Amino acid sequence: MRVVLAEDSVLLRAGLTKLLTDGGFQVVAAVSDADQLLAAVDEHRPDVAVVDVRMPPTHTDEGIRAALVIRRQHPRIALCVLSQYVEESYATDLLSVDTSGVGYLLKDRVAQVSDFLDALRRVAAGGTALDPEVVAQLLVRRRDDPLERLTPRERDVLRLMAEGRSNNGITEALKVSNSAVEKYVSNIFAKLDLPPADADHRRVLAVLKYLGDGLPAD
Amino acid sequence: MRDVPVAALRSLVAPATWQATFHVLAGMFLGAAIGGVLWLLAVLWWAAGYSLVDGPTGHPLLTMLYAAAAVIGPLALLPCARFFGALQRERFRALAGVHIAAPKPEAGPGWARLLRPWATGASWRQLAYHVLAPVLTGLGGALVVLCWSALPLAALWGDRVSRGWYVLWFGGATLALFAGPWVARGVAAADTAVARRLLGPGRAEQLSERVESLARSRADLVDAADAERRRIERDLHDGVQQRLVSLAMNLGMARTAFAGGSPEVVEVIAAAHDEATTALAELRDFVRGLHPAVLDDRGLAAALSGVAARAPLPVKVRVDVARRCSPSIEAIAYFAVSEALTNVAKHAGASRAEVVAERVGHRLIVTVTDNGRGGASLDGAGTGLRGLARRAAAVDGTLTLLSPPGGPTAVTVDIPCE
Repeated sequence: MRVVLAEDSVLLRAGLTKLLTDGGFQVVAAVSDADQLLAAVDEHRPDVAVVDVRMPPTHTDEGIRAALVIRRQHPRIALCVLSQYVEESYATDLLSVDTSGVGYLLKDRVAQVSDFLDALRRVAAGGTALDPEVVAQLLVRRRDDPLERLTPRERDVLRLMAEGRSNNGITEALKVSNSAVEKYVSNIFAKLDLPPADADHRRVLAVLKYLGDGLPAD
Repeated sequence: MRDVPVAALRSLVAPATWQATFHVLAGMFLGAAIGGVLWLLAVLWWAAGYSLVDGPTGHPLLTMLYAAAAVIGPLALLPCARFFGALQRERFRALAGVHIAAPKPEAGPGWARLLRPWATGASWRQLAYHVLAPVLTGLGGALVVLCWSALPLAALWGDRVSRGWYVLWFGGATLALFAGPWVARGVAAADTAVARRLLGPGRAEQLSERVESLARSRADLVDAADAERRRIERDLHDGVQQRLVSLAMNLGMARTAFAGGSPEVVEVIAAAHDEATTALAELRDFVRGLHPAVLDDRGLAAALSGVAARAPLPVKVRVDVARRCSPSIEAIAYFAVSEALTNVAKHAGASRAEVVAERVGHRLIVTVTDNGRGGASLDGAGTGLRGLARRAAAVDGTLTLLSPPGGPTAVTVDIPCE
């Protein structure tokens, strides 16, 4: 899988390149700012772009803005945004366009090498990978909407779904049986009034509902 | 005792003595000239006024001249006094090295500028100096001249004194000469003291200037402290944080690579990896508490919704601030909300909270309310809030806590937002 990496810290850029290469990704370009990122994406058309939020020249939210440009110009290229802090407003921006093929992770997560590589593969394959902190923030904010109907356990399950876990992953994380997870999942679908369709599609819709509803339109 | 004559001789040639002498002499002439001009003005005005009252005679043009002089005289008097005041201040600066700040110039257009001098004490004080100066520097200057020229004068008039009085006559003259330095310095000091009171800004003006400069320097201090926090945050973000991420990442890779190795190695690497991850999380919290980067990028609304999202209870946020405030003001508002919500979560036992930030005129008013049990006080648990109250006070703002027993609790921050 081909990756374009944008990270302004030389040390981290080298480290991430090595980590991704060791993990079986092909880093076709490793750049240090948003302009170079956009140029590299245009040139290489990678499967996924790994983008740091804070980059030169202003060191604010260049990464997010560049990611949104990439999303508009190349909707098929998956995006994984890394940030030192999780900000709800960044997440909102990022998820407002489309939630498939999007990842938003704390930079710390790269230290959990295999989890990070899994998340990246998931994103590259069109899934979502949101940092537990992002999910927690969005969850608190949406407490008084239809999601209120969910029991705490069901909310846990939905949170893990939003992080991109499969039923097996949820089973492991919550230490419950597989059938229990399936029951929670179907309850969630029912409570969120999701139309019957194939399971994966409903799963995405549930996560969308969870993340997307009430996101400001701007 | 042997040193006394030496000191007296030395004081005769000391630069300070001659500086004072020149200063006094210049003051004598300048004061006399200014006094003369002002007297002339006064006399002209009085004569013109008297002629008008007495019934003008002669050519009608003369009457108009009288009228013009009667009107212009008073109008010109105080501006003249101020101009001469500037001259005198220049004398003090050039000859005595004494800097006397000029009173504030009159602002305002047209008539206001003509009439305002009459309402300000500074103009009258300067006029008073010009009236006083000829007397003070005139008498003082004459005394100084007398002292310095005592010996030649004594010699000149020596034949009029009977032989028996010679010693006393020349002894007195010598004493006067040696008193010269002290007299010159004394007169100069008296002149300076009077000028400082009369030519400089008045006490109220000085105070208001001082208040202004204090307010300015305090605001600079607040901004500087804020900028410093920002700089430290940036340095930590660009330096230590990246390095720690890199370290944790390398340890993570090592952990994966050595997963099948000897248990001791695996254990040590795992411990190091966990430590690095924990340190990273702690550093992240710390840096965020220092200054939230999102505040600079996206403003108060985004930053506050982030705080609200991190709070462990539902928080409704409404931000209505059309034009952004200065960074220091935004930072105070942000940290006040952050601290208030922390307190709500820890102590209030509330099930929900609301944050409202609005701009009212030139003020930013931020209110955090909860439905908890109340009874909080700034002296109690909220030491963070007390610090923030001080920060708000430093920008002429207030932080008030209203928390009756039984609730609800409201924290209101009211800070200027120009």
